[in-house]
Amino acid sequence: MAAPCFFSRLWRAALALLALGSLAASQIEDQAKQFFRSGHTNNWAVLVCTSRFWFNYRHVANTLSVYRSVKRLGIPDSHIVLMLADDMACNARNPKPATVFSHKNMELNVYGDDVEVDYRSYEVTVENFLRVLTGRIPPSTPRSKRLLSDDRSNILIYMTGHGGNGFLKFQDSEEITNIELADAFEQMWQKRRYNELLFIIDTCQGASMYERFYSPNIMALASSQVGEDSLSFQVCPKSLCVSTPGHRTDLFQRDPKHVLITDFFGSVRKVEITTETLSLQRDSQITESSYKEDRMDEELMEPLKYAEQLPVAQIIHQALLAEVWTLPSAPCGMLGSRSWPATFTETEAEGLAPPWGLHSRPVGPYHHGFLQDLWNQAHEVHFLDSRVREGRVEDCSLG
Amino acid sequence: MAAVGAAATHLDVVRGKRAALFFAAVAILLGLPLWWKTTETYRAPLPYSQISALNALQLRLMVPVTVVFTRDSIPLDDQEKLPFTVVHEREIPLKYKMKIKCRFQKAYRRALDHEEEALSSGSVHEAEAMLAELKEQAEGSLTVYVISEYSSLLPQDMMSYIGPERTAVVRGIMHREAFNIIGRRIIQIAQAMSLTEDVLAAALADHLPEDKWSSDKRRPLKSSLGYEITFSLLNPDPKSHDVHWDIEGAVQHYVWPFLNALSAAGNFSVDSQVYNIDPKAYNASELPVRVEVDMVQVMEVFLAQLRLLFGIAQPQVPPKCLLSGPKNEGLMTWELDQLLWARSVENLATATTTLTSLAQLLGKISNIVIKDDVASEVYRAVAAVQKAAEELASGHLSSAFVASQEAVTSSERAFFDPSLLHLLYFPDDQKFAIYIPLFLPMAVPILLSLVKIFLEMHKSWRKPEKID
Repeated sequence: MAAPCFFSRLWRAALALLALGSLAASQIEDQAKQFFRSGHTNNWAVLVCTSRFWFNYRHVANTLSVYRSVKRLGIPDSHIVLMLADDMACNARNPKPATVFSHKNMELNVYGDDVEVDYRSYEVTVENFLRVLTGRIPPSTPRSKRLLSDDRSNILIYMTGHGGNGFLKFQDSEEITNIELADAFEQMWQKRRYNELLFIIDTCQGASMYERFYSPNIMALASSQVGEDSLSFQVCPKSLCVSTPGHRTDLFQRDPKHVLITDFFGSVRKVEITTETLSLQRDSQITESSYKEDRMDEELMEPLKYAEQLPVAQIIHQALLAEVWTLPSAPCGMLGSRSWPATFTETEAEGLAPPWGLHSRPVGPYHHGFLQDLWNQAHEVHFLDSRVREGRVEDCSLG
Repeated sequence: MAAVGAAATHLDVVRGKRAALFFAAVAILLGLPLWWKTTETYRAPLPYSQISALNALQLRLMVPVTVVFTRDSIPLDDQEKLPFTVVHEREIPLKYKMKIKCRFQKAYRRALDHEEEALSSGSVHEAEAMLAELKEQAEGSLTVYVISEYSSLLPQDMMSYIGPERTAVVRGIMHREAFNIIGRRIIQIAQAMSLTEDVLAAALADHLPEDKWSSDKRRPLKSSLGYEITFSLLNPDPKSHDVHWDIEGAVQHYVWPFLNALSAAGNFSVDSQVYNIDPKAYNASELPVRVEVDMVQVMEVFLAQLRLLFGIAQPQVPPKCLLSGPKNEGLMTWELDQLLWARSVENLATATTTLTSLAQLLGKISNIVIKDDVASEVYRAVAAVQKAAEELASGHLSSAFVASQEAVTSSERAFFDPSLLHLLYFPDDQKFAIYIPLFLPMAVPILLSLVKIFLEMHKSWRKPEKID
């Protein structure tokens, strides 16, 4: 009789131990996971293009590509400081004004409609860049030009342009040395203006720029080593122009294997759900009087109208243009169908378009009224790539 | 003739030597110091030693407590000993370089007549009402009333009571060790109402080398001069919902009293906005259902969240202690005191860290220009930190808080002054490249002539020896 009791007790004890053990293990796992997390509550990005002139188009395109990625992954414009040393989109030599493409197949317009450039043209100087990083900004600077990070911010710094051994050239007239950059990061660290910093440099001999860093929590990536040139692979074949990317992680406290890309390229927001409430006394007088006021207001107010979020006119403009083109190799089904404008409008809204190349050839008057005016405007377009929305020179006044 | 010619050349040679020596003397004695002085960066003197002393500052936070004994709360012979003062000091164990000591200065005295009358009324709320009329208590101070062991002012099982203003009530005891026992109870109550380890740890969370992932410690807003609060109403479907919220009334009746109670901690501004998210136009037909938002329920949640955001924790009452109900404003006066203590300590820690880093930076990067106004801000910040520490040690909470705010403002202004930019860095090879073309053409002839003069002098000293 004793034996079964003993065994059942043993069995229960074993189960209890197992439960405790798994609980402890999951607690340890939780703690371990927490240890690998970065502990940041907001993200910032400082994207700098330091070259001007038309032949440095690729630097502006690179910076804008990183801008688009960072924005798509969630960092809002208010947390991005974008510095472009020259305006490629509205350059007189740009065959497609108001566009900047990241690849020679001209697939992706990284300029778009909603780019916010904070430091433009001659405002991109070494002094302004260092002021942004250290926070020593004159009090009249607007908020969009400031890096308002705190000790829980992860910052991504991307710099591109022409560089040399130990320096980066700004606008052909000045340069920033790796010692100045290291000192600037140290000043940021002293005032705890960052939690972790990812520094990416995309220039020739880029590895020399991170050699002098001495502040903690910095991870650095470079596109080329000292003595190597970093060239565009679209221009130069890979067999001739390959550079070895470099990295530096000794100052970084976490193990780089556990660092997520979105820790720097994405954005976190601090949201917390609370369950406690206070108890307040109801003031009956307020609710009655406010109800009476609202009644009176209602009779006086006119119905509200809301602003249009989608520019319908421009979508029709696109549909118009696409319908105008004919090509022998165009899939007949699409052209022939009467419902084509509707489907085209839908897909255009997502930024996609029928994937065929086009030539403009006036077919004839399409519809009446304001579509007629749009049709007339369509005549002015010479060559088109249907994959992107065609920008007009008037758009260059934006951004 | 030849002798005159020889004498003339000898005179020329001597004159030449003297001229060369004179040039060299001017260059070295006058030129070098002048060049050094005119190319140095202007650095106004800073109190480096005082700044490093701030790190080792001993912060003493004093809470003045007045303890009032009623007639039958303690044995008669103990009553004879009143009035006197007892000091209870202990160090707060934080892993921080600044040591913080907490000092409760208890001034014991007998109750006055009106106080005896008030404390013999029926309920503790009446008693408080009568006592509160008479005097306004300074920020940071507490008053504890000791009543008889068997008094019916408090419920029978409760030993103490913490009121919404800066008062508390504790039961006395008829015992030989009355003062010690009551003293311990008073310390417990006073700590709950003023300074606990948790309050200070939360204030110093950024400066402590603890783990940084506890969400409680990260939630409170940092100490600042002012705060902007925006209430936003999100209406995702204005076509079917016609939402009305009396935000103005609610802010007037519930939010401003709370913020006015907190006004010592900073300036506040409140605004509100409504987001209607619907791109299509709508017309007023039967469809939009009228929705009245219950602002009281809304404000109950928001005020609780505001309390969390400001770091006003749930009070930790000692056992068998009755906590009074919440005030209308949602904030008890001693909770404001706790906030001010925490903020003062946080401000002092921040100011000290800022000043120390500034001193370190200016020491390390030797070519930053330090202008006079930056130096004066630093001096002002150091003086404010010292004043705040003094005021904290003497128990004047409001002036200590103001001084600590001034310390933070001045130190931040000095650190972030736009003139402190280290653009004067020149690598060594660039320095040589600039100075060599300027100095070499002038220095080479002087050096060569000096060498020649020295060699000739050396030869002329040797000659007399040889002759002899």
